[in-house]
Amino acid sequence: MAMLVMIVLLLANATYIQVVKADDYRTDSRNARVLYDEFARRRGQIVSQANGEVLAKVDPSNDKYKFIRTYTDGAMYAPVTGYYSINYGAGGLERAEDDVLNGSDPRLFVRRLSDMVTGRDPSGGNVRLTVDPKVQKAAYDLMSSKGYTGAVVAMEPKTGRILAMVSTPSYDPNLLASHISKTQRDAWNANTAQGGPNPMLNRAISETYPPGSTLKLVTAAAALEDGKGPDTPVSNAPNTKLPNTNTTLENYGGAPCPGTTFKDALAHSCNVPFAEFAGQLGADKMKKTATNFGIGQTDLTVPMKVAGSTMGPMDSQGALYQSGIGQRDVRLTPLQDCLLAATVANNGMAMRPQLVQSILDTDLSTIEDYTPTELTGNAALSSSNAAILRDMMIASEGFTKGNGKDPALKIASKTGTAEHGTDSKNTAPHAWYTAFAPSDNPQIAVAVIVESGGNRGLAATGGTVAAEIGRAAIAAKLGGG
Amino acid sequence: MAQPAVDALSAQFQTNPPRELPTRRNTELLLLAFAAFIVTSALVLVEANQEQELTASILWLGLAYLGVLTAAHLAVRKWAPYADPVLLPCVALLNGIGLVMIHRIDLAQAEKAVQNGKDFSPDVTKQVLFTVVALALFVVVLIVVNDHRTLTRYGYTAGLIGIFALALPALLPRSLSEVNGAKVWLKLPFFSIQPGEFAKILLMIFFASFLVSKRDLFMVAGKKFLGVELPRPRDLGPILIAAFACIGILVFEKDLGSSLLFFSVILVMLYVATERAIWVVLGLAFFAVGCVIAYNLFTHVQQRVQNWIDPFADADGTGYQMVQSLFGLGTGGVGGTGLGAGRPDMVPEAATDFITAAIGEELGFIGLAAVLMLYLILAMRGMRSALAVRDTFGKLLGGGLAFTMVMQIFVVVGGVTKLIPETGITAPFLSKGGSSLLANYILVALLLRISDAARRPAARPKPQQQPQAPIAEAHTVLVQRPPAEGGASA
Repeated sequence: MAMLVMIVLLLANATYIQVVKADDYRTDSRNARVLYDEFARRRGQIVSQANGEVLAKVDPSNDKYKFIRTYTDGAMYAPVTGYYSINYGAGGLERAEDDVLNGSDPRLFVRRLSDMVTGRDPSGGNVRLTVDPKVQKAAYDLMSSKGYTGAVVAMEPKTGRILAMVSTPSYDPNLLASHISKTQRDAWNANTAQGGPNPMLNRAISETYPPGSTLKLVTAAAALEDGKGPDTPVSNAPNTKLPNTNTTLENYGGAPCPGTTFKDALAHSCNVPFAEFAGQLGADKMKKTATNFGIGQTDLTVPMKVAGSTMGPMDSQGALYQSGIGQRDVRLTPLQDCLLAATVANNGMAMRPQLVQSILDTDLSTIEDYTPTELTGNAALSSSNAAILRDMMIASEGFTKGNGKDPALKIASKTGTAEHGTDSKNTAPHAWYTAFAPSDNPQIAVAVIVESGGNRGLAATGGTVAAEIGRAAIAAKLGGG
Repeated sequence: MAQPAVDALSAQFQTNPPRELPTRRNTELLLLAFAAFIVTSALVLVEANQEQELTASILWLGLAYLGVLTAAHLAVRKWAPYADPVLLPCVALLNGIGLVMIHRIDLAQAEKAVQNGKDFSPDVTKQVLFTVVALALFVVVLIVVNDHRTLTRYGYTAGLIGIFALALPALLPRSLSEVNGAKVWLKLPFFSIQPGEFAKILLMIFFASFLVSKRDLFMVAGKKFLGVELPRPRDLGPILIAAFACIGILVFEKDLGSSLLFFSVILVMLYVATERAIWVVLGLAFFAVGCVIAYNLFTHVQQRVQNWIDPFADADGTGYQMVQSLFGLGTGGVGGTGLGAGRPDMVPEAATDFITAAIGEELGFIGLAAVLMLYLILAMRGMRSALAVRDTFGKLLGGGLAFTMVMQIFVVVGGVTKLIPETGITAPFLSKGGSSLLANYILVALLLRISDAARRPAARPKPQQQPQAPIAEAHTVLVQRPPAEGGASA
């Protein structure tokens, strides 16, 4: 009958729409339902480790999204938290831990089920970070008040827990989370403007720089592992010719090295001995040690993806010489640079850097705790050699200039002044400082980079520009200074 | 054919029927209670998902609903005891689901209104009021029309009023008749009605009685063409008028759905009356031609067709409603999002024309299919009664009424699910709207009346047949005994 035919037609068509095409319609980007659902869900908080400071939370909003994401000290923590925008999606940790925060993570399944049964508003899990607000604040305040472009990373050497991750200039994620489209759009356009300061680039993990002399820690570790000792005599020549070329490689300022032993060379950061060490060791030994420091890992996540650091090809003696002092094709993220000091501090064993301490349920009960794990499983250098290198770094700190020096902190450090650019001699160098403290029981390792010399221009060195920031971060952690 | 004087006889034998035919009224009551249970459960789900709290008032609402239904049931028990027991529960369930959905969309709209700082008055209270009024009207119709055949007497009157009601909005100025671009309203000071909903029933009554009296007109064969007997050209008059009337609605009232509905119902009744497929073929041909002309002449028709072919072409503009409807249905999927857990309010007109999209979203394909099955059961039971009833007028009217139900839901759900162009018509019993609800309850009352007539034990064994004697012998007996009979009588 006609009636049956019509109903069957309707059923067939409804099947087509609701079964066959359902997924297409559901996931269609123009279908705002899914989006609203996600935004209407009470998104989890991001809290800091020490004293549980809330870095990102949701406030009720009187609109169709029900909740608005707000960030405390947005700009300071932006490299840590990332952003959560209705029009531009999520970035940083907001994206990396999205499943937990929006509640769809399988570990929150039981919770979701009970939400469903009790009709409670579904809400996301919380993420507790390893970040220590004191350290973050100390580093960020100095970097931003001096107007530096750069990054600071601090971590616990024994666990790999990241205590601070600063990138300047920064941005305010609150603007991107705004429910006013224009505010969002303006903020986004300003942040992503071509040729602008690019504040949304997380320099701590997403950008790589030539590490300069801070890489001497790797060369030194490789040399120590190769049987050299602190008193091994080294050349104090002011310069050396790169093998098979006419290019000379000279010490900083073209001066002769004040000492003639390995430990003097590191303390004064003489280039010639380390270039020669690298040349003697060869690419394989250099690479092996570098790998165990974490250099060369391309799939590291903290849980945000970390850009791969690299030693470069090191395919000639000349390249080895230059690579040995952290130039040529060597590129490290500030996080990796921090790992150099942290590895030495942790008796030669690199720990996997981790920003998330634990995943918490809506009611703040712990669902999963992250336990520290070793990064590669192999020590970059033996603990006795690590102790030797530590003593060298203590000596290095003694010769390093800059503000904020406080013997009570017992810092072991290495500075770096990395040339870069096509006209490297006339481009202000990147100022590096990597350190850990206290040297007898390391609690914090830190790496600082100030791009292009900060406020010192061509005369900048790691000691004069970057050191004070690293020391401030250490002081904040250790409660001194 | 109608049997005269059945009423007097049936009344006489009602007091002492030779064998009791089950009235199945208790089945009806049980099914009604079941419908009330489903509706209450649905309300509980909505409240649980939307308000996160359950109050005892829900139970009272459920009981009140059951109370109103019981009143209707008692009316049926009294005035149409042999009526089909499934019709009323089906209607009650559909009506209840509609109320729950309207309430659910109210909640969403109220939230929106609060956000925008606007005032909001819930639609569901009005709809509940309409439901009570409609049920009262339902009872009145059951009482007043105690035999559906009396309606044949008012065939032409009904036709005249029907045509007038239908044409009234088209003739009235726009300010009195247009809402949302459809010129189908009659705006009165306190409320608005859609006369077309009532005209639908009046015209069916007219057409049924017209066909009964003028059936032969359509049976006369004309010339043969390609082996098919064509009707004589002059007999085409009525159907041409019907076609023009429907196209007229389409053009002047911008109501594509109603015109499609009217025309198809007329065709079906014509087909049932004559059993000649040629009428359907001819009618469809006329309608197709009319549609093509309308398409070429009127932009709003073109736009509807455009939205049907590719709603995504202008997903934020003209196709918005269609696209949102599809998204809603797609998001609902097979199982639906759950009552109160979806966002059916994103579809404009979710409580009226697109209420089936809301059901498809929150109850999923399963829920939508169940609702479609309810309509099918309703129409099939109606159709069965129509076939079983003994008079042609009842057959035609019942068939027409039952068919409208399915046709209407086909136009609605077909439009919502992009099977046919979207037309803007209400889903019977589900959609928000007083006129639709009142008219459809009248329709069901008539169907119940017809089904009551169909199942009422009319041809009871006659007392003369009890001796079961051969005719010849009986005759002999009759001749032999008149004086004694006469004497006894005197």
